Amino acid sequence: MNSKKRKIRVLIAKPGLDGHDRGAKVVVRALRDAGMEVIYTGIRQTPEAIAGAAVQEGVDFVGLSCLSGAHNHLFTKVVKLLRAKGARGVTVFAGGIIPASDIPGLKKAGVKAIFPPGTPTRDIAQWLRAAAKHL
Amino acid sequence: MNSLIVRRILRGDVGAAARLMRDLDDELPSARSALKELYARAGRAHVVGITGSPGAGKSTLADKLVEAARKGGKSVGVVAVDPTSPFSGGAVLGDRIRMQRHTADPGVFIRSLAARGSLGGLSRSVFDTVTVLDAMGKDLIILETAGVGQDGVKVAGAAHTVLVVLSPGQGDDIQALKAGILEIGDIYVVNKCDRKDSEQLTRSLGLALEGTSPRDGWTPPIIKTAAVLGRGTRELVDVINEHRSTLVRAGAWERRSLNMARTAFMELLETGLRGFINEECERGKDCRKIFGDLAARKTDPYSAAKTTLRKLLSKSPPPPSFKKRGCPPFSKACPPVPRRRGRRGI
Repeated sequence: MNSKKRKIRVLIAKPGLDGHDRGAKVVVRALRDAGMEVIYTGIRQTPEAIAGAAVQEGVDFVGLSCLSGAHNHLFTKVVKLLRAKGARGVTVFAGGIIPASDIPGLKKAGVKAIFPPGTPTRDIAQWLRAAAKHL
Repeated sequence: MNSLIVRRILRGDVGAAARLMRDLDDELPSARSALKELYARAGRAHVVGITGSPGAGKSTLADKLVEAARKGGKSVGVVAVDPTSPFSGGAVLGDRIRMQRHTADPGVFIRSLAARGSLGGLSRSVFDTVTVLDAMGKDLIILETAGVGQDGVKVAGAAHTVLVVLSPGQGDDIQALKAGILEIGDIYVVNKCDRKDSEQLTRSLGLALEGTSPRDGWTPPIIKTAAVLGRGTRELVDVINEHRSTLVRAGAWERRSLNMARTAFMELLETGLRGFINEECERGKDCRKIFGDLAARKTDPYSAAKTTLRKLLSKSPPPPSFKKRGCPPFSKACPPVPRRRGRRGI
């Protein structure tokens, strides 16, 4: 309904003990330049805080970035918490150092897309826009 | 259906409230009828506005105020505005970073808003968002503006108590003499007071405010804080509460609430009229002709505006900008709008 008027809202977060947020900030900026409203929650977030923020902010997407290797645990937890909070309309995507072998498992757990290092930011914005069509 | 949403929101359903805020921000007509029901339930919260230049420490102060209010057993809503890019229409909303530790607390609801072209540090939907939080029963609502310059005074009409936050290193004492933001504060906060040059700022601010006549029985004090270190924030909270009781005692609380209602109403009226004028001007050939006449100096802006305004106001409402979206924001649930003939004034 009224899809042209709706502004895409995205929450970008870094779960867990990982202070490397250059990549996340690059994505934040790229999505801003793509005309989206991007909420950045900063580094070292618990999955609970991320899911809680996503609900309060009424976002369409949650983008998770993790370079520490704990992605399997953390990303899955965020997806689960979002579901538990009734935020079923929220689509989760991710980026960071994610081994290719982990990707199928993460997708099965509900992470809809994973953008590895080297992904042009334009691709991420395009994917979000396509995924937001139904809004 | 709306009353179901309303019931869920009144029960404290954060998800439902967040979705409604989103719909209001996106100007969905369906959201407006829900807001109408909530509006009747709102009007109890103490709205505290925080304004100041970018990087002055507004979000960090807000974080400390939330902490103090929670310790005092109050529930809190925070509305934090950040600027929208005039080029892409996008925004980075980063105020939340400083307050993220409160997210897990069910007594705190933090919402980031993009200004979406509104000037003066607020967004058009700020009033609606505050209404939703107010109806949810939040005792305290902190309204943090986007970083403003010297004339970002709009928050004065959106809050009971206005905090103007300054930090050292932003110019000499002449800056403190200027009009605008340094006239709207109920409380002036000199943040980053751990810095050496903060003493000078406090002094010149004190001189600039000297002789200000009290408003509603209140003379705006200057409070020194170092929000990051938690210094001075307790005193600030006490002063905020004191301001509230002073307003109530002086009978000025209602006056402020009335002023807030007025600001929100006028804002809507202006937005509606502006949309109407824009559309009329875009569609009509009249305006293009006027632009040409002006450029050719055949007429002057005042005469042209006067004639055009008279012509526009004689047209029958509803303004097309409302019609397209469903119904005017101040109508009942979309009743058929009677056609009116003849010239009408406002």
